[in-house]
Amino acid sequence: MATAAAQKTDHTAPYDGDGTAATAGYERAFDAAVAADERIEPRDWMPDAYRATLVRQIAQHAHSEIIGMQPEANWITRAPSLRRKAILMAKVQDEAGHGLYLYSAAETLGTGRDELLDKLHSGRQKYSSIFNYPTLTWADVGAIGWLVDGAAITNQVPLCRCSYGPYARAMVRICKEESFHQRQGYELLLALSRGTPEQHAMAQDAVDRWWWPSLMMFGPPDDESQHSAQSMAWKIKRHSNDELRQRFVDICVPQAESLGLTLPDPDLKWNEEQGHYDFGAIDWTEFWEVLKGNGPCNEQRITQRRRAHEEGAWVREAAAAYAAKHSETGATRA
Amino acid sequence: MTNTDWPLWEVFVRSRRGLSHTHAGSLHAPDAEFALRNARDLYTRRGEGVSIWVVPSSAITASSPDEKDPFFEPAADKPYRHPTFYEIPEGVKHL
Repeated sequence: MATAAAQKTDHTAPYDGDGTAATAGYERAFDAAVAADERIEPRDWMPDAYRATLVRQIAQHAHSEIIGMQPEANWITRAPSLRRKAILMAKVQDEAGHGLYLYSAAETLGTGRDELLDKLHSGRQKYSSIFNYPTLTWADVGAIGWLVDGAAITNQVPLCRCSYGPYARAMVRICKEESFHQRQGYELLLALSRGTPEQHAMAQDAVDRWWWPSLMMFGPPDDESQHSAQSMAWKIKRHSNDELRQRFVDICVPQAESLGLTLPDPDLKWNEEQGHYDFGAIDWTEFWEVLKGNGPCNEQRITQRRRAHEEGAWVREAAAAYAAKHSETGATRA
Repeated sequence: MTNTDWPLWEVFVRSRRGLSHTHAGSLHAPDAEFALRNARDLYTRRGEGVSIWVVPSSAITASSPDEKDPFFEPAADKPYRHPTFYEIPEGVKHL
């Protein structure tokens, strides 16, 4: 591991088991802690597969926050008022913050920041497919806040009780902040929906385009989700993909009615017997295509991300040089 | 050259006067001054703090989870350190 040397003196470095004889005992302690709903902390022994699953999930989550800045930042310079512009800037800044909380959580598992960024830039780790769709109009900013952040919240609230302590703590912080994201999006759409016929049509068009991709954010159906069962056993995940998707649909239908907008699904109807809304079939071919890299913006997102990183190199180098110079003279040590 | 050349810092935030600093999270920064500024931007965007400490993660010495039981055991068999250990006759006040 690239950062092993750097991590040695780091109290957050993972604890290395010291042989197979002891491992069985550690594993029992781990299983007991998970069963008792206790949290696993960075230096506790944990199965390699648990660690790998967490790194994959937290990294993907962090990358999604960082890539997710792009589609919305696209509209900052064209926000229709100073109020909307200030809100949007605060939201995009929050997404950067969320990425940083999550990268820190991933690093407690012994994977360095540079390694995570390399894997994002080289496509070896993924980010949420939702960010490979374009933001064509101002109303998309509203639809993202309401639907994309709404779906994210539905996914993330149970993660606040995830068995891995640092991830759960990052999620608590993130969920508190996401609520503003969702409400500003809803308010934005409401303003458009109640505006001129053109504004109303723009809001409806944005919802029409973002609805199905938002439902895909919950991941493949339960019987096709390769990691779900193990993640649930480890209490990383608390609810299945389909369960969370249903919860989201049930929440959104009345919210759409209050907006005066429709959801683009002719099969959407209340099922008295189930106590849930039935909804139409999701086009999973589209999901897998976007995941494979064939979405409308995959290339653009990662190219822009790499460019931003490369163009920021001189700032990182200058800061490091300044710090090195001052630590030699002892001038910055107060 | 990437961020990992920058050391890791632990961030502690005092949410208001009268309370202790509490661990908020960690971040990378080239030096203490940047660590403070980054911590301000990262952990106090909504007025969550009135004071911040940043400490190099490498400066923290932690107890080992492996020694958890023996390390904390001495406290386990001393119930007489708790007020509830003592029986006081009913009716005795202010005790």
